[in-house]
Amino acid sequence: MAAVQISLPLPVLPEGWTGEKEFKSIGQLSAANDRNIEPVGHHFLAHARRKRHKRTFSEDDRIQAQVNVKKVEDEDEGEISEPEDPVMLQREAKDWKGQDHYAVLGITKYRWRATEDQIKRAHRKKVLKHHPDKKAAAGGTEDDQFFKCIQKATEVLSDPVKRRQFDSVDEAAEVEPPSKKDSQKGNFYKLWGKVFESEGRFSNNRPVPKLGNEKSTKEEVETFYNFWYNFDSWRTFEYLDEDVPDDNENRDQKRHVERKNQNSRRKKKTEDTVRLRKLVDDCLALDERIKKFRQQENAQKNKRRLDKEAETKRLAEEAAKAKEEEARLAAEKEAADKASKVEGKKAKEAAKNAAKKNKRVVRGAVKDANYFHAAGDAPASQIDSALGDVDSIIAKIDNEELAALTSKLNGKKDAAEIKQIFQDETKRLVGAGKLKDGELKSLS
Amino acid sequence: MSAENDPTQRVAIGISFGNSYSSIAYTTGEGRAEVIANEDGDRQIPSFLSYVEGEELHGGQAKPQIVRNAKNTVAYFRDFLGQEFKSIDPTAAHQSAHAVQHESTVAFKIRDTQEETENEVTVSTITSRHLTRLRKSASDYLGKAVNSAVITVPTNFSDAQKDALNKAAKEAGIEVLQFISEPTAAVLAYDARPDAKLADKIIVVADLGGTRSDIAVIASRGGIYTVLATVHDYEVTGLKLDQVLMDYFAKEFLKKNKDASDPREDARGLAKLKLECEAVKKALSIGSSANFSVESLVGGIDYTATINRTRYDLLGNKLFGAFSRLVLHAVEKANLDPLDITEVILAGGNANTPKVASTVAAAFPETTTILAPSTSSSAIIPSELAVRGAAIQASLIQEFDLEDIEQSSHPAVTVTPHLAHAVGVLCISGDETSGIFHPIVETETSLPVRRTAIIATPREGGDVLIKLAEGLRHIKVTKPEPKPKAEKDEDDSDDDESDEEEEVREKTWKVGNVLSEAAIRGVKKGGKVEVQINIGADLGVNAIYREVGGKGGVRGIIQGSKASNGSA
Repeated sequence: MAAVQISLPLPVLPEGWTGEKEFKSIGQLSAANDRNIEPVGHHFLAHARRKRHKRTFSEDDRIQAQVNVKKVEDEDEGEISEPEDPVMLQREAKDWKGQDHYAVLGITKYRWRATEDQIKRAHRKKVLKHHPDKKAAAGGTEDDQFFKCIQKATEVLSDPVKRRQFDSVDEAAEVEPPSKKDSQKGNFYKLWGKVFESEGRFSNNRPVPKLGNEKSTKEEVETFYNFWYNFDSWRTFEYLDEDVPDDNENRDQKRHVERKNQNSRRKKKTEDTVRLRKLVDDCLALDERIKKFRQQENAQKNKRRLDKEAETKRLAEEAAKAKEEEARLAAEKEAADKASKVEGKKAKEAAKNAAKKNKRVVRGAVKDANYFHAAGDAPASQIDSALGDVDSIIAKIDNEELAALTSKLNGKKDAAEIKQIFQDETKRLVGAGKLKDGELKSLS
Repeated sequence: MSAENDPTQRVAIGISFGNSYSSIAYTTGEGRAEVIANEDGDRQIPSFLSYVEGEELHGGQAKPQIVRNAKNTVAYFRDFLGQEFKSIDPTAAHQSAHAVQHESTVAFKIRDTQEETENEVTVSTITSRHLTRLRKSASDYLGKAVNSAVITVPTNFSDAQKDALNKAAKEAGIEVLQFISEPTAAVLAYDARPDAKLADKIIVVADLGGTRSDIAVIASRGGIYTVLATVHDYEVTGLKLDQVLMDYFAKEFLKKNKDASDPREDARGLAKLKLECEAVKKALSIGSSANFSVESLVGGIDYTATINRTRYDLLGNKLFGAFSRLVLHAVEKANLDPLDITEVILAGGNANTPKVASTVAAAFPETTTILAPSTSSSAIIPSELAVRGAAIQASLIQEFDLEDIEQSSHPAVTVTPHLAHAVGVLCISGDETSGIFHPIVETETSLPVRRTAIIATPREGGDVLIKLAEGLRHIKVTKPEPKPKAEKDEDDSDDDESDEEEEVREKTWKVGNVLSEAAIRGVKKGGKVEVQINIGADLGVNAIYREVGGKGGVRGIIQGSKASNGSA
């Protein structure tokens, strides 16, 4: 902020005024009000910078000044200082079409990348160096040919239309596509990348996609090639036109030359399109990534197919296994059935035999118990009833009970004991309701 | 978009999003703000969206739809954003799609697709569609995809409203770098002009908009702005001015066509009347008379009439008066006097009306500059003020990270102590031996501050005394014929009553608290003394005195009070 100008004069120092170091502090400021300032404008930005970095005014001034100075230096650095080819310095301005404008201005390392500002500054620098007056002052000749070359170069390069015309035919900016051998040596991306970067300068569409590297995704690669197969170029070949004769010369001649120019431009444009197409074809053919993607795709397809096959195989195997398992189970079951049948038969027979044996034992026991007759030989009736009762017991009880009864009777010779056992048995049967009380008279 | 967080990839514009009109602007390489015209050529793009069989019409194309397709036309929706249904005033949107409640927010029932059914479209969706269209227009114009913006909002926009706007903007693909308030943007637009000089000013920004009026009193101190007071009014509006014209023309129409019905009672007639009245109002800002012409206003009757500016001034007199009262009210609210006001910036479309400017000018003393197209030829178009400010701010901050911006606009940075009284030196004037106060640092200056002053010395040079003091502003009222009646300071609005005994009001300074004295000895004849004052946030003063071109100098420190005000 500019200094406040106060035109009213200051008072004269009263007599006898003294102060330590000519200064006297008397009062203090009144309390301030806190308010919100609007975060807007570059003065606020300066305030925010000071406050956030805790700088004072003078510190901030100094730091900002340093920052600004550095910026200016950066711009001056990397300035155009290419050695001048002595042959170039001998050029005649009249064959300006053949001259390399970028070389004249000393910005060959930028070429089509040079910004307007760079061109302007390069021009200024060259003018300062090659101005005819300076040469004359240095005792040189009045030769201003190279100066005219410089002016012509600036004229072409600072006009966007003319610059494009020149850039279109700027052979020094062309990057030759690498040979097949070279690109297979492993620096495919580096070599071809440069080619496409240089070709990309003709594109109407921006940004121009980059070639990328071996890690690029399929989409990136596809966008890249799609872009180049649909390349929209502004390249023109007007710069190579033959000079059209003046109006006042033969009109037919003029038209003829014009037509010729038109045709040659068209021809060159077509050729250029074909050339570019071939270039992209070549690159595509050499691009490992395309192969890789195809392989991947095939692998994926194969994988899918294999998976599918494996799946069917697995299913079939499983089915076969299941079938086998079923058959095995069936066979086992059959065998088991058979075995159990045989076993059952055997057991039945055994049981039958055992029962027979038991019955015999029981009947024998009756005999041993003297047919439950108290003493002496038992009369026939007694024997009958006793045997009849025992038979009815045997008939009532099953094999197991019979076996139990047999085991009780086994080895018993005492008639009373045997009778007791039979009576117990009878009682049990009566209890179970299988016999009626008093039915078995001999055992009652 | 990957550019979201990459400041180098930003393409930032300024957007002023108003209830009635929106505009977009960008900053050219030379740092000039340029307002972008949309594809229809409008720099003032009506904030209207209209749907015709699923097709979206926007801006100037949507506005006429209010006649035929009022139900599917959304208008005046800005103030609904981020508000609850119960707290909105839907009057302005009465003639377009009506606002309805949708959950806790506001929505519109419109047919925005090809289907016959009505959809409830929330106001935030509408806003993001509107912003999308603005973004597209800007992108088309600039040839680069716009992805960020500074948006202006009224000073009373709540955080919820800002949040809602932020969300809607994000949906529209716009990263909001900052919200800045409309009046500050207007001041910035003026201050960013290449010929603008930085000065300590008190500025009133008076925005007479379509649906509301906003007045803000802003202290501009060395390019740092502090809002001292704001006044908002929803009654004194541009739409009311339209209404005045509508009533006038409707009456004239009825006078001519005795048996016709009132066009104001017919929805379509009303809409036609309204559109044409707005056009007439705009025409009257430029020419001294304007034609009103509507085909089939009501009942198939065409109506044509002319109106001159004087008639319009008479019709709108009440509103103009009310507007200037509002402005004075804001000044009063800031505890200031009209004499303190350096500039009045008239903003908003209606500020084009010459009578608005002249009415406001009449309320302020001659020392106040009125910046409106009719009073100052260098004035910026009032309706473009806010958007230009926003575009300038966008160009200033677009390289910063969002986080940086947020931190910088954090209260810890923006809340600063402001001087309660001006600080200056005592000079002598003419024969008066007692000092006259001359301010160096004005009151309401944000601290810390650094100012330099160059002061003349007595003609013969020699030793001088420099006295730093606080100054109190005083309005001196003198009357040509002194009468015993005491006049109050603020009684300015009744100037017309007391025309005969017009008082002379002057701004003078009373010397307050003396802070320090310093001496510089042996000043050369005709020499000048430079005083640099640094006032810290703790109210400590660091002063350096020296003779211009001289060596050495005096340095003095006045300790700060270390009061509670040494904030953040």
